[in-house]
Amino acid sequence: MAKDIQGMGLGLAVRFSGSEFARKYKLRRPAEKLAYAGTKKGFEVIGQMMAKKKAKKSEDPKMLPEPSTAGLFDLTLSEEQQMIKDTVRSYAEEVVRGLAHDANEDMKLPETYLQDIMDLGLNYFSVPESMGGAAQSYSPTTNAIIAEELAWGDFSLAYATLAPVAVANAIVKWGNQKQKEKYLPDYLAETPVKAAIAVQEPAPLFDPAKLSAKAKKTKSGFKISGVKSLVPFGGEASLYLVAARYKRRNRLFIVPGDAPGVQWQAAPAMGLRATATGTLTLDKVLLGPDALLGDDSFNFEAFMDLGQLHWCALAIGACQAALDYLIPYVNEREAFGEPISHRQAVAFMVANIGIELESMRLMVWRAAALAEAGKPFHREAYLAHILCSEKAMEIGTNAVQLLGGHGFTKEHPAERWYRDLRVLACINGGMHL
Amino acid sequence: MINLENPKKFRALVNQAHQVAASVFRPVSRKYDRSEHAYPIELDMLASIMDGMNDGTTGEGAGAGKLKQDNGPKKEGIQNGTNMSTVLSLAELCWGDVGLSLTLPRQGLGNAAIAAVADDEQFARFGGKWAAMAITEPGFGSDSAAVRTTAIRDGDEYIINGEKIYVTSGERADCVVVWASVDRSLGRAAIKSFIVEKGTPGMDVVRLEKKLGIKASDTAAITFTDCRIPASNLLGDPEVNVEKGFAGVMQTFDNTRPVVAAMAIGVAKASIDRTRELLKQLKVKTDYRTPYKLASQLEAKLYRYEAEWEAARLLTLKAAWMADNGMPNSKEASMSKAKAGRTANEITLGCVEMLGMLGYGEDELLEKWSRDSKILDIFEGTQQIQQLIVARRLLGKSSAELK
Repeated sequence: MAKDIQGMGLGLAVRFSGSEFARKYKLRRPAEKLAYAGTKKGFEVIGQMMAKKKAKKSEDPKMLPEPSTAGLFDLTLSEEQQMIKDTVRSYAEEVVRGLAHDANEDMKLPETYLQDIMDLGLNYFSVPESMGGAAQSYSPTTNAIIAEELAWGDFSLAYATLAPVAVANAIVKWGNQKQKEKYLPDYLAETPVKAAIAVQEPAPLFDPAKLSAKAKKTKSGFKISGVKSLVPFGGEASLYLVAARYKRRNRLFIVPGDAPGVQWQAAPAMGLRATATGTLTLDKVLLGPDALLGDDSFNFEAFMDLGQLHWCALAIGACQAALDYLIPYVNEREAFGEPISHRQAVAFMVANIGIELESMRLMVWRAAALAEAGKPFHREAYLAHILCSEKAMEIGTNAVQLLGGHGFTKEHPAERWYRDLRVLACINGGMHL
Repeated sequence: MINLENPKKFRALVNQAHQVAASVFRPVSRKYDRSEHAYPIELDMLASIMDGMNDGTTGEGAGAGKLKQDNGPKKEGIQNGTNMSTVLSLAELCWGDVGLSLTLPRQGLGNAAIAAVADDEQFARFGGKWAAMAITEPGFGSDSAAVRTTAIRDGDEYIINGEKIYVTSGERADCVVVWASVDRSLGRAAIKSFIVEKGTPGMDVVRLEKKLGIKASDTAAITFTDCRIPASNLLGDPEVNVEKGFAGVMQTFDNTRPVVAAMAIGVAKASIDRTRELLKQLKVKTDYRTPYKLASQLEAKLYRYEAEWEAARLLTLKAAWMADNGMPNSKEASMSKAKAGRTANEITLGCVEMLGMLGYGEDELLEKWSRDSKILDIFEGTQQIQQLIVARRLLGKSSAELK
């Protein structure tokens, strides 16, 4: 019998409190408190949901269905989304934020980070229920909420957490049955999957429609060559989804990290440093016959759009973090005998951060909701990315500005947000809602 | 369930509004821009049609006279109601013409005030009338608490004295909602709003402003000299409650700011649509296929405007959605007004710039839209006032702390 969400969540909470990670970072007590507060509410909700579901089955079939909200403008999260949001935010607040500074400085993930964050169960949510996971349906809006809340803790660590999830999302959305059965069960195992999507190439004015990575058919499968940049995990990924030109179309190839001809070289950038980014070189890498993701119905444009939206959602989380950090700072920091927030020059910058942040969120939610409903969403994703690219950097730079000289130092996370947020206008692909 | 598409149930209403904009407003748009202060007679017929639209098709209607924070008994589930339909249909009307939309009979801001705070008896007397709103005075604008106009109780009447300026539809409306102080020594808490009917002795329209834009709409200066009105024309609570202060009269704005934001959205869309059309004739592609950074400067600008426009639109729908569902939306209402006001101004001016002489000349309406849009970042609270409101809410500051 498949696990239900409540049971699984309880299992995860217990596993977390017993984990080495919780002991090491003295997180057990806060985590317990959190587990109590978070899960009490969360599981009450889940419990009610389950009860409702059961009750429905025994209902008189002739009874009228509940009034449908379909077709209405609505910003209400589902009970499940609210629970996930609260849980992920708590984890971001209690765990992720505290790890961010050192991970950035060390330019690598905390040793047991990926293992520990499995307690959150996000890997389960990337696998459909029918295959033993927890995802009732593929939900880009839920994925956007997860990205935002996790990135509230740290952009870079959220990217590391969600890059493998993005690979799973892409396999769920585009892969054939054989590919799903081969790769998705790994996400339900005890050890974390390190995997990433690789699209971006190190060319100025890179156009994802004109990839220089190329794949060819061979007798036994495919041969792929190319260079990809900003690839995370320090060369330790077991799996890459590599975008390459094939039969005059852009397609994705599943490339094992240890395949002969695959080489990774460190190439740090101004941000995302905890993920240990580098350049991936594929030199005539031979792949099996099942390496080509999906079939001819694969839509590269939609794939890219879902990727950009995922990045946007991460940026929204970092921007929200910046706003939440700035408010108490400008209220407490005094100059000329009063809090600096009493000056319009400061207050209006805060107001604009609030306004543009909400703009970003609504744009991304709209595109994600369209994608979820199976409707065209290219225009909305395109415009969301334009808006988010501009506003995210504006918020990033103003976050440093409002902290003044302090913002420029590593005493505060603003300079990290500044560097991480710069990626949004530069990146093409690598994620997938 | 997250869904940010326009609700299906308002499709017919929105379409009707668009038809009015395209078939009634656009053809006379330039005419009334050139002949400021001439009454657009085309609108009387239209107003009747609008009344019918309101009371008929959707069941809930739209327009200034229907705006209300939904605080009544909680309805089952999520609502898309009058705030949403008003915002959607007004944006369409303003796609046609902002000035003409502003001078639609019975759609004044005074009507919004009456809808928001009138009691049943008052609503019965004034609900069907066209009501303008008189707040600003020669001595103040944004600082609404500085009202100098007085309303002194005398038996069953109030005697109003003072001067009001920038009264939209002040000459054409049937009555004017006037902000006045019942006791100037008690500060802002003593400011109340009063309905003064046209023709009341002592009330005189003394001047009509000549303006940069929205010329189809009359903007009046009105004096009140010992103007006597029935005491029952006071809107809301007659008691001066120093604790509650200004809240009563300011409440209206939470409902009307998204409406002005919607007007900005309408005029900005007009500019984007027309510019896109003209650029298409010039073979400039705007199909969202070229990566933003590789697009030509013109294409990229248009994409950016469209992105900003969508953001403003969604903020506005959110504010309206909150009002429809009884959620306090003061911050979101101001966010939408701030974003939409500045965005519409930037877009309409930018579209003129993009098209050069074609945009600047009177053969196209683009130059007119760029003049009309400016007021939308000023009235119902300037950009700066909206930012103050948003900042105070975000920072948890009072108006005494964050001035």
